[in-house]
Amino acid sequence: MINLVRNEMLKLLRKKRLYVIILIIAFLVPLFTYAQFKEIQDQREKMGNQDWRTTLQQEITDTQNRLSSSRIQDEWRKFLKIRLSQQQYYLENDIDPRAPGAPTFMRIFVENSIDLLLPLLVMVIVADLVSSESSGGTIKLLLTRPVKRWRILLSKYLAMLLSISFIVLSVAVLSYGISGVVFGYGGWNMPLLTGFTVSGDELLTENVHIVPQWQYILMEFGLVWYVCMIVGTLTFMLSVLLRSTAAVMGIMLASLIAGAILANMVSSWESAKYFFMVNLNLTNYVSGMATPIEGMSLGFSMSVLAVWGIAGFIIAFVTFSKRDIY
Amino acid sequence: MSQIPALEVENLTKKIKGKQIIKGVSFTLVPGEVFGFLGPNGAGKTTTIRMIVGLISPTSGTIKIGGKNVRTEFTEAMRHLGCIVENPELYPYLTGWENLVHFQKMDSSIPKTRLNEVIELVGLQNRIHDRVSTYSLGMRQRLGIAQALLGKPKVLILDEPTNGLDPAGIREMREFIRQLAREENLSVLVSSHLLSEIQLMCDRVAIISKGAVLRTDSVDNLLAEQERVIWRAEPLSLAKEILSLETEVTEGPDDTLITLYNEPLLPDWNEKLVNAGVKVKEMRTQLPSLEDLFLEVTGGESID
Repeated sequence: MINLVRNEMLKLLRKKRLYVIILIIAFLVPLFTYAQFKEIQDQREKMGNQDWRTTLQQEITDTQNRLSSSRIQDEWRKFLKIRLSQQQYYLENDIDPRAPGAPTFMRIFVENSIDLLLPLLVMVIVADLVSSESSGGTIKLLLTRPVKRWRILLSKYLAMLLSISFIVLSVAVLSYGISGVVFGYGGWNMPLLTGFTVSGDELLTENVHIVPQWQYILMEFGLVWYVCMIVGTLTFMLSVLLRSTAAVMGIMLASLIAGAILANMVSSWESAKYFFMVNLNLTNYVSGMATPIEGMSLGFSMSVLAVWGIAGFIIAFVTFSKRDIY
Repeated sequence: MSQIPALEVENLTKKIKGKQIIKGVSFTLVPGEVFGFLGPNGAGKTTTIRMIVGLISPTSGTIKIGGKNVRTEFTEAMRHLGCIVENPELYPYLTGWENLVHFQKMDSSIPKTRLNEVIELVGLQNRIHDRVSTYSLGMRQRLGIAQALLGKPKVLILDEPTNGLDPAGIREMREFIRQLAREENLSVLVSSHLLSEIQLMCDRVAIISKGAVLRTDSVDNLLAEQERVIWRAEPLSLAKEILSLETEVTEGPDDTLITLYNEPLLPDWNEKLVNAGVKVKEMRTQLPSLEDLFLEVTGGESID
């Protein structure tokens, strides 16, 4: 099996797809770093010459005032307390929350690329994994070896798993390394709030707690990897079913973009939440953004994705081992 | 024969969308023979071959390679098989060497030393570390054969092996195949729609048309059966009259008559002609081409 996976990795490397992906990331990260840099500058200008510590001190005082008011609800009070401790931590440790370090950039970068950019990069690798063998005719040589068909497909799937992990890892490394030149490499321990839940129009804060940024980033990268694996599995299935790589890319591209559009339009169409592409934005649950459709939660989205992924995996393996090759 | 047949195909059928594509094909290859699979395009050659190599599952029937059933003992059966189905499509972005290593790794029973053996066998030493995309068709064909021979197979299956080769390449390929069968005791199944090729290359032939095998026999037997005698005589009309009483006569080109070859009766026929005052100038036997044979067996179906 290791030999088979090695074969697949060799083919992937020789097709130079991974280099292209690295190049794309290495090109985009400086672009976004610059954009982020400009935004921070802009914010600073708006605040005038005021020192950030003064602003933060004002915010803390404001929060303290609100806490001392007797009319607020318990739950809200708890949230404010957590907020307060976060703000105090910033002040005590001399962290400017608006001037991100490389870890913060990394976090913002993956949060924004989880639903479209990263799935697209995954697609570039996976789309022709099987279909290129069919269209190039090499599948005939591959399947007339003394190796069972499912083992051949599994070796390709494992190669996909390795490449996806490699992509996610290189996104992490490149975004940290490149943005750090501008923002500095510190900020791993910056406290962040997580645990928000959304019910109806309300943001529930009862489970909110503080985690250090490194833990937060680890969590988000886990989710990103999961999303990439599901998108990869579905692309993999299409690659088995279709001979044409262009068709595979077309279908995946259409569904991913449809997902991005749907997320903004489907709030009243409830059953749309069972589409995989509406559920890709897993990091939103961590940062507490509103969900596109009511009743979606991290667990729900992950299960929907898991069902799609498992179905795709089964369809791919069953068709591949039964199909007649002409 | 006491040996296990190298390849045994029994009553193979394939139905695609309710249509019977292959209708009960059976044949056997003994070790060391070159077996021709002859038929027009669309007769079912490639479908049959794809079933033998396991790319298509048959609707019914059994295929055994070296005594192992392709369906139930797939990996064991495939160990004994090397094949090129249609074109030798290898990975163009890898070098010839990498292609071979790729396939060697897929079968743990092949030692790495085998790579150099097969490369030498097909004579690709000089270009083996170049990318396949820079290879000529003839070189790809040779790399395809190297790939097929990697596992020291008992059966080699070549689908249209001379397709797209130039005359020199065809000749080289033919000699190479004969040499493999002779020296390595390999059974080779060659499919082709070119009669001349099969005639020169094969020991035995199966003629396939519309999904069924019409005849299987040795090339010599098939040809002998259709052996003819060409007569040149004067006057031709009288000769024809006399011979017509004895056997079937057709007029050939250049004032000749053609009859069946029938050794014991030939002197009699000749005597009768001479007695009737016909001057027999020439009597010679002629082997028909497989082309004539094919037309006869298939009842005149064209063979492009």
